[in-house]
Amino acid sequence: MARRYESWGRYPDVVQRSVVASSRFDPFPSPVDDKSALPFGNGRSYGDCCLNDRGAVIDTQRLDQFIAFDSNRGILRCESGVLLRDILALSVSRGWFLPVTPGTQLVTVGGAVANDVHGKNHHRAGTFGCHVRCFELLRSDGERRECSRDENSELFNATVAGLGLTGLITWVELQLKPIATAMVDVESLKFSSLAEFFHVSDASDVRWEYTVAWVDALAPSTAIGRGLFLRGNHASEAEPAAHAARKTRQRMRIALDVPGFVLNHYAMRVFNSTYYHRQRRKVARSQSDYVPFFYPLDVVGDWNRLYGKRGFFQFQCVVPRADGERVIGEILRRVRAAHDGSFLSVLKVFGEQASPGMLSFPRPGVTLALDVPNHGEDTLRLLRELDALVCEAKGAIYPAKDATMSPESFRTYYPAWEEFTKHMDPACSSTFWRRVMGRGSTTADA
Amino acid sequence: MRKVVIIGATSAIARETARLFAAAGDQLLLVARDPQRLGALCDDLIVRGAKAAHSCVLDVNALERHTALVQSTTESLGEIDVLLVAHGTLPDQRGCEASVDETLGELTTNFTSVVSLLTVFAKQFEAQGSGVIAVLSSVAGDRGRQSNYVYGAAKGGVSVFMQGLRNRLAPLGVTVTTIKPGFVDTPMTRDFDKGPLWVGPDVVARGIVKALESNKDVVYLPWFWRWIMLVIRLIPERVFKRMKL
Ligand SMILES: Cc1cc2nc3c(=O)[nH]c(=O)nc-3n(C[C@H](O)[C@H](O)[C@H](O)COP(=O)(O)OP(=O)(O)OC[C@H]3O[C@@H](n4cnc5c(N)ncnc54)[C@H](O)[C@@H]3O)c2cc1C
Ligand SMILES: NC(=O)c1ccc[n+]([C@@H]2O[C@H](COP(=O)([O-])OP(=O)(O)OC[C@H]3O[C@@H](n4cnc5c(N)ncnc54)[C@H](OP(=O)(O)O)[C@@H]3O)[C@@H](O)[C@H]2O)c1
Repeated sequence: MARRYESWGRYPDVVQRSVVASSRFDPFPSPVDDKSALPFGNGRSYGDCCLNDRGAVIDTQRLDQFIAFDSNRGILRCESGVLLRDILALSVSRGWFLPVTPGTQLVTVGGAVANDVHGKNHHRAGTFGCHVRCFELLRSDGERRECSRDENSELFNATVAGLGLTGLITWVELQLKPIATAMVDVESLKFSSLAEFFHVSDASDVRWEYTVAWVDALAPSTAIGRGLFLRGNHASEAEPAAHAARKTRQRMRIALDVPGFVLNHYAMRVFNSTYYHRQRRKVARSQSDYVPFFYPLDVVGDWNRLYGKRGFFQFQCVVPRADGERVIGEILRRVRAAHDGSFLSVLKVFGEQASPGMLSFPRPGVTLALDVPNHGEDTLRLLRELDALVCEAKGAIYPAKDATMSPESFRTYYPAWEEFTKHMDPACSSTFWRRVMGRGSTTADA
Repeated sequence: MRKVVIIGATSAIARETARLFAAAGDQLLLVARDPQRLGALCDDLIVRGAKAAHSCVLDVNALERHTALVQSTTESLGEIDVLLVAHGTLPDQRGCEASVDETLGELTTNFTSVVSLLTVFAKQFEAQGSGVIAVLSSVAGDRGRQSNYVYGAAKGGVSVFMQGLRNRLAPLGVTVTTIKPGFVDTPMTRDFDKGPLWVGPDVVARGIVKALESNKDVVYLPWFWRWIMLVIRLIPERVFKRMKL
């Protein structure tokens, strides 16, 4: 029951204290002994951006109150520890949806801002930060700054995708978007190569608000790049039958760490291949409740424990479109060769809309995300290779899912980092930040 | 739509319970001592669907203001469907052993203020001839233990007072519900190491609403505490007094 402050990949292992933000009116919750502090949302980041080894994390779980909801205009103001799930539980029945949502609804609003998260509609809507109207930032010197595009705009831009390093966001005001039903019209299409993926994606992005693909990272080398393309639109009318199947409850919870051998290469390959072959037809249509469509993984609580005690890495990069097919193909081949394949590998083409966030990750190009179990030094070597590939391709790696990128790469991916440092709160730091500034180290069993 | 009064409304357990009432579209009157937190709570409950959320700032230890509280409550709500008394403090047992003042202070907050509130509100419920009075007592009130007996005595006193009140009001159609939570992860218990018996305040809140809706007399939350406390009460005193509890 006592709250664990670990990241979703359960790597690295850190020693840190916690302080609690118990009300948005309270002063900045400074750790007792002058340690650095880092806001902690719901620990759904995979790597080390929500960790602060030898420092303290600020627990924002109690900042879970709504402040105001204008249901005519879809403007919601709430505290930063509110979970996206709780927003949806409130807003969907009133005809409003999150403008952007990541693949789990168990993240806080503060975490969504600080990583400037993206979703399956990036090509239409940009990032989460694009829909943030304003927020309050509590700095360690006690000052409260209301930030928006007009007021304290620099600090606004630094805090969106600011990785918790500019202070504590106490509340956020969001613009939601109108929906007619809680249902999504879905089509899924099989594709057999990366070239075909791009083709389907281009054709889909015009008519479909949500597009994403699952790619079989463990396919035989002749079939690399095969997968399933998923596209969806909010349904304007719900089919009567679909109503019956509304179940938002978590059905299963992984309570124990699963021994490493369970997730061996063979098991993963069978899983991936079954998923691919399950769909016989080239195109399948259905209507789905929003929960299984957007949050298929939330059904299994604490699924990260499937990877056992050593944890796992997630790798997510974006590379420019022109070179996309080659680089993504190369990454898939390397991962496959290393036998470090992944349950879920996801591909999506990002759109052009720029985010206000200085350190925002999404940019035009194609993004690939995959899980990599932690097998120690070999895995770190693989990740270093991938980092080099991405760097060479003038792409970027996503901090929310990273535990290994090099300081040099970080500076290349995020050239605004120097400007960003001017806006940092002197009391805030993180394991991630010290690492990418070259003040930390990475070892396989840290 | 129910009309609900919650005293100590900013407590973690009360807050979660209030959210359930709000989601059901009830009308709420919230009493607590911190005006800023109280205001924020009202805003939250309105967004969550409460028909209305009134507030009243009160330190429950200002016993002389209790009569006026009942008055203003009935002025803004009319008849009351549910009264939930949730305020409380967890005494520093060692501190109490060293200080009579501290001990009596804790007894005032956790016992006397509750007795005073129930006495004045009981008149209102008696007149109505309907409604539910619920109070957050504790499993700690089931048996005195060296580590926590000032709190235990206050909660035990509340439980006994509630028994008498139930006996008095039952024939009139008023339900009196004693709620005995076990270990709940809230600000009150922040510094405790948490084991498998602990639950979140949301779990207890659901139990409270269920108990109110089914007119329960006494509920342990979660349910397994009924059996744990049964065993604890069955231990003979001559054995119990030697145990480190
Ligand atoms: C199954 C799964 C699917 C995912 N899918 C996606 C996806 O599709 N797209 C995507 O972009 N991401 C995705 N993610 C990653 C996740 O959305 C982000 O890591 C998100 O930021 C996690 O939010 P959190 O509330 O758990 O915050 P944490 O992980 O606890 O913290 C994240 C960062 O936010 C900061 N922070 C938290 N609260 C505050 C605050 N109040 N003030 C200031 N800073 C704060 C922290 O310091 C930290 O730097 C996914 C994660 C999982 C587990
Ligand atoms: N947590 C547990 O494990 C547990 C177990 C069994 C029973 N209980 C009982 O459950 C109830 C709720 O507790 P909780 O765990 O939710 O604790 P909590 O969050 O600490 O809440 C206690 C509340 O009591 C209020 N309060 C204290 N003294 C007051 C006073 N003089 N006047 C007005 N309000 C006062 C506090 O107000 P401020 O916010 O203004 O300080 C606070 O809102 C309590 O009666 C507690 O004894 C708790």
